[in-house]
Amino acid sequence: MAESRNPLAHHFDSLEQQYAAAKLGMWSFLITEVMMFGGLFLGYILYRCRFPEVFAQGSHHLDIKLGAFNTAVLIVSSLTMALAVHAAQEGRKQATLTYLFFTLMLGLTFLGVKVIEYSDKYQHHLIPGARFLWSEGDAGPPQLFYSYYFCMTGLHAIHMVVGAGLLLWLMALTARNRFSPAYYTPIEMVGLYWHFVDIVWIFLFPLLYLIGRH
Amino acid sequence: MNHHIVPLKIYFAIFAALMAGTALTVWAAFQDFGEFNTLVAVVIAVVKAALVVLFFMHVKYSDKLIWVFASAGFIWLIILFAFTLMDPMTRDWLPVGAPLPM
Amino acid sequence: MKEESAATVNYLNCDYSIRSWLLTVDHKRIGIMYLLAVTVFFLIGGIMATLFRFELSTAAGDLVTAETYNKLFTLHGVVMVFFFLIPSVPAVLGNFVLPLAIGAKDVAFPKLNLLSWYVFMIGGGITLFVALTGGLDTGWTFYTPYSSTYATTDVLSAAIGVFITGFSSILTGLNFLVTIHKMRAPGMTWMRMPLFVWALYATSLIMVLATPVLAITVALLAVERATGIGIFDPALGGDPVLFQHMFWFYSHPAVYIMILPSMGVISELVATFCRRRIFGYSFVAASSIAIAVIGFFVWGHHLFLSTQSVYAGMVFSFLSFLVAVPSAVKTFNWTATMYKSSVSWQSPMLYVMGFMGLFLVGGLTGVVLATLGLDVHMHDTYFVVAHFHYIMVGGVLMGYLGGLHYWWPKITGRMYSEAWAKVSALLVFVGFNLTFMPQFILGYLGMPRRYYAYPPEWQTLNVLSSAGASVLGVGYLIPVIYLLWSLRHGKPAPANPWGGKGLEWTIASPPTPHNFEKPVIVTEGAYAYGEGGHGHG
Repeated sequence: MAESRNPLAHHFDSLEQQYAAAKLGMWSFLITEVMMFGGLFLGYILYRCRFPEVFAQGSHHLDIKLGAFNTAVLIVSSLTMALAVHAAQEGRKQATLTYLFFTLMLGLTFLGVKVIEYSDKYQHHLIPGARFLWSEGDAGPPQLFYSYYFCMTGLHAIHMVVGAGLLLWLMALTARNRFSPAYYTPIEMVGLYWHFVDIVWIFLFPLLYLIGRH
Repeated sequence: MNHHIVPLKIYFAIFAALMAGTALTVWAAFQDFGEFNTLVAVVIAVVKAALVVLFFMHVKYSDKLIWVFASAGFIWLIILFAFTLMDPMTRDWLPVGAPLPM
Repeated sequence: MKEESAATVNYLNCDYSIRSWLLTVDHKRIGIMYLLAVTVFFLIGGIMATLFRFELSTAAGDLVTAETYNKLFTLHGVVMVFFFLIPSVPAVLGNFVLPLAIGAKDVAFPKLNLLSWYVFMIGGGITLFVALTGGLDTGWTFYTPYSSTYATTDVLSAAIGVFITGFSSILTGLNFLVTIHKMRAPGMTWMRMPLFVWALYATSLIMVLATPVLAITVALLAVERATGIGIFDPALGGDPVLFQHMFWFYSHPAVYIMILPSMGVISELVATFCRRRIFGYSFVAASSIAIAVIGFFVWGHHLFLSTQSVYAGMVFSFLSFLVAVPSAVKTFNWTATMYKSSVSWQSPMLYVMGFMGLFLVGGLTGVVLATLGLDVHMHDTYFVVAHFHYIMVGGVLMGYLGGLHYWWPKITGRMYSEAWAKVSALLVFVGFNLTFMPQFILGYLGMPRRYYAYPPEWQTLNVLSSAGASVLGVGYLIPVIYLLWSLRHGKPAPANPWGGKGLEWTIASPPTPHNFEKPVIVTEGAYAYGEGGHGHG
């Protein structure tokens, strides 16, 4: 049953055309993601230029070790994702499953660390809003820093959660033999998404955690 | 389908470069480059991102159209940044509401 | 012949169940579902407009309270912009025509296409929920800090509604981009594509590049509204003008999301009804892309009277003038196509003429408003209101109605009453000018927009405008009646009632479920009318 399922949709002429369309569609989607995160980065740049000292102080309350650890976790997960695509290209089902599983575990690790960091901010009254406490002067601009910290990392974390769901879906499809060296498009597309989410973090880490450390 | 399969050693080399880049960016943050600390951090991040895009995301091995699409996102990001920041950067040049020189 | 066409299976009669519509992935059916949806939203937006035109026919604020008036124009704006103008031409006509025009069986991602309709309906539903449960009074622009801090209406839900609807636009744009790149029939090269397809491509670029910025902007507004954290809040050091920049980074190009597809429709209609290849085809094609690109560099002209720096204002003012160039390229080339051709004055062509006149006025007053010094006087007056209605209603709606009349026989397989169509085209044109021409004068005299009362000396012009609005309303209602009438009583449409050269006219009206029965191979460019008459080739 699963083997006989034809991966070619009715409105395409060939698998090659279908693959090219999916790939271009995925890149178009990533453009929209770039622009969406771009709106957040824009506000970040504006406010950081306006309140450089406050942003440096705010950054000092973030844990470099956890941030760097999470960066490494995501880079390893990008590697395992790339290896999963590679294994799928060669039709090695077991290896594909294993790499997808590792990627998923690394993604969950990242999210776990994020939970630790968020709860730490909560305990130190660094969540913007009524409970916000700031002993180093005007409490306004620091809230801007934390607003952007939470919005940027929060949107990123939502993407991680979605990515984790996609990985589970891929594992289910792989287990049901839906993929072959002739058709592994979903794995490659999710891979593109996962790498994009990694790239966002590559920028978030230095821009949020490493301000004014010297 | 007839796709380019990237050799494994390239994946591992890129992985090593990304890890080194992470270490480098942490190290650089603790050095005093004067005004250039942020610039250094952004340049390292851009290089890391480029490595991911080119190799992990296979853009290096893709046709021109994918290059164009991948670049378009970043070009439009620059447009958004540059033309928005043009405003706050030049707001002080002419104080609004200041008495006109007579 | 009649029996034969009745027996043929087409996309409409292949399955009558509700389920077959709600779960369809056929681009033609999804186009019709969008048609129904945007028509309902247009009626809702129109009712709001009718109400506040009633209010404005007397100088005193006597029909509704100031608060109600604020809600009326806000919901008119939100509904018309996000739920009618933006999806009208691309999602209705684009969905139906695009795959047919390039010889494809469907768009590249049919399921995403259906998803985008549902996303649209969810966003629209939330917005209607807001309208019914207290309304919204921020203006369709949601400016902070009023929207984030002070407004007492349900800004949060409205922002969520707009956020969700944005994704419908993104999905449509993404789908069209990939469709045009990857689904063209063999032989359909870029320079053989109909100009409507070029226009949809340019539109889709804007949808993909700009809409996500709107999404994050209203998402930040929603977060700020819901949690009270500072993002644009000046009390915390935030910058409300940042909101305006982000908002207009999308919302100015969004004007081109509305007008470009209409321009594409006009190109198709001019070629068909003049029996000519469009003069300067490649320039008209390139001008669509040019408008889309230049449109990203002009948004600051909405901020001339904010705290935006004067220097940024000068740059934006200059760049805004540039948009006039590709717009003029189009208008001149359409005119040149018509020059010395034998135009057949059927109803779609009347809409073309309406478009050209109204777009010209709208475009040129846009150049006036882009002038930095002059805008200080005109900003937020009825001059601006008149200007953008000439583009967004005069331009977009004329193109939309023209296209709807042009493709109606293909969509439904029925002909409508030509005489009534001509009457409605005329009424719309007259009613439109009567409504909005007085507003130019009012604006020039200094009447600000968004006020529910005004000094008595402006009443004559306001009454003229309200009277025009009633004519306009009748002009819009008549097509609803005769188009619905045609479904049952209209003559069956032939495959090619207008003598069009597009691929959509080579197949049956209405088309079969998979569009083309035989593989399509394109051997010549769009509008191949040969060298008969005074053709330019």
